[in-house]
Amino acid sequence: MDYGTLRGFFALLILALFIIIVVWAYSKRQKSSFDEAATSIFEEDENKDNAPNHKVTNKQETNNNV
Amino acid sequence: MSQSNTSAVDYNMTVVRQFTVMTVIWGFVGTLVGVLIAAQLIWPALNFETPWLTYSRLRPLHTNAVIFAFGTSALFATSYYVVQRTCKTALFGGKLASFTFWGWQAIIVAAVITLPLGFTSSKEYAELEWPIDIAIAVVWVSYAIVFFGTVVKRTTSHIYVANWFFGGFIITVAVLHIGNSMAIPVSMMKSYSLYSGAIDAMMQWWYGHNAVGFLLTAGFLGMMYYFVPKQAERPVYSYRLSIVHFWALVSLYIWAGPHHLHYTALPDWAQSVGMVMSVVLFLPSWGGMINGIMTLSGAWHKLRHDPILRFLIVSLSFYGMSTFEGPMMAIKSVNALSHYTDWTVGHVHSGALGWVAMVSIGAMYHLIPVLFNQERMYSIRLINTHFWMHTAGIVLYIVAMWISGVMQGLMWRAVNTDGTLTYSFVESLTASYPFYFMRFLGGVLVVAGFGLMIYNMLKTISAENNSLKKVEVA
Repeated sequence: MDYGTLRGFFALLILALFIIIVVWAYSKRQKSSFDEAATSIFEEDENKDNAPNHKVTNKQETNNNV
Repeated sequence: MSQSNTSAVDYNMTVVRQFTVMTVIWGFVGTLVGVLIAAQLIWPALNFETPWLTYSRLRPLHTNAVIFAFGTSALFATSYYVVQRTCKTALFGGKLASFTFWGWQAIIVAAVITLPLGFTSSKEYAELEWPIDIAIAVVWVSYAIVFFGTVVKRTTSHIYVANWFFGGFIITVAVLHIGNSMAIPVSMMKSYSLYSGAIDAMMQWWYGHNAVGFLLTAGFLGMMYYFVPKQAERPVYSYRLSIVHFWALVSLYIWAGPHHLHYTALPDWAQSVGMVMSVVLFLPSWGGMINGIMTLSGAWHKLRHDPILRFLIVSLSFYGMSTFEGPMMAIKSVNALSHYTDWTVGHVHSGALGWVAMVSIGAMYHLIPVLFNQERMYSIRLINTHFWMHTAGIVLYIVAMWISGVMQGLMWRAVNTDGTLTYSFVESLTASYPFYFMRFLGGVLVVAGFGLMIYNMLKTISAENNSLKKVEVA
């Protein structure tokens, strides 16, 4: 196999990998762990002080549609 | 305020504070040098007949100061902060983090001394001579060890998306810097590139465009994915889109460099690859921009009261604008008009002042009170004033450069019926003067805004702990 053909296969391999990443990212199974990750940056505030935290509760509603 | 929290994890915030303060100071210095050279283009006498104040030596000082002193200090500060907070662990490497701060500042001082003295490798955005290049590589590898060491010892299971962008930026910049800076030293302060001819040009723009793509884009997107949700107090619009955004962006950017070399000695096929990849790059760029802006969906009213959030969201608008403009300018026929004109300068500054500076300024205004035990900055009104000065400054700057750039492009290509050129170069230069003045005014507004920011920062730092209370808005 010459160098050009090899690089052609490599490009297809990268394309396939990318499609796998997209399918994986948008699979229903990942949804809950991603929602958790997205809200994880607010956790540090929750146990910060005794003042009630009003912010963290409003979850991104649009997240449910995508 | 966060006693219980900090006792659980002993975060290393000293290095974050150091980088944060220096970000603001270098932002002022870097843009001030920019205004000086903008003024020199109108009043050449401003070089005072001194070799080290000439445009040719101060221009690389300006670009190095804003990219590597201001921008990269902002990236150090925010990446060290975000990686600790999201991994819920202190920085890895102990004193190594402190070494990256002092090492990086020493490199900046070395640049401030050597560039005006005329020491240069003449590679754009990589002008520093070989001893400083080696120092950069050492500090950068230390940065990678501290950052990835922290990711490895995290106490959370997931690696938050901002860290993916920061990590991608750190690795790629190491590869780019070391690859492009390969040179043969002939004396203490002079070296020659290992590459020759068109290959040297391609290496230079492989480096140059990916400095834009990874340092000035991926790194700042990491910043965006943490500070926009934090300041808006809502999670990012779509976390899955952020994952696709990351992989699409990092796999495409690396190919876009040849668009800097359209119609040169670079082989035609390489130019076309660069053009096509640059156009495709529009998709992940806008995916990321939409993800950032839509984080505010359902909470748009916050923009009315919160100038910090306004900085962050307007930065994304400028990001969207320049990532539309960029692919368009990469198309060969458009490039035939725009290349070597002020349009390019305008494009760079809508990205640099609009996207990079505004997202950093927003992140710094968010960080400074957190780092110095306050609930808010000393003056919210001054932040608002800064926002409008900065925005007006950018608009003046880029509108001036658009007009003069397109005008130059049209004048240079105009030919008479007998095939001779209609205008001499000097005629196009004379026609540009009014726009150079407009650009100068825009620059003055940006620098003055940074001045306000320094004042606001010093007032916040010197205020008594916890004396600045959050103001609740309806």
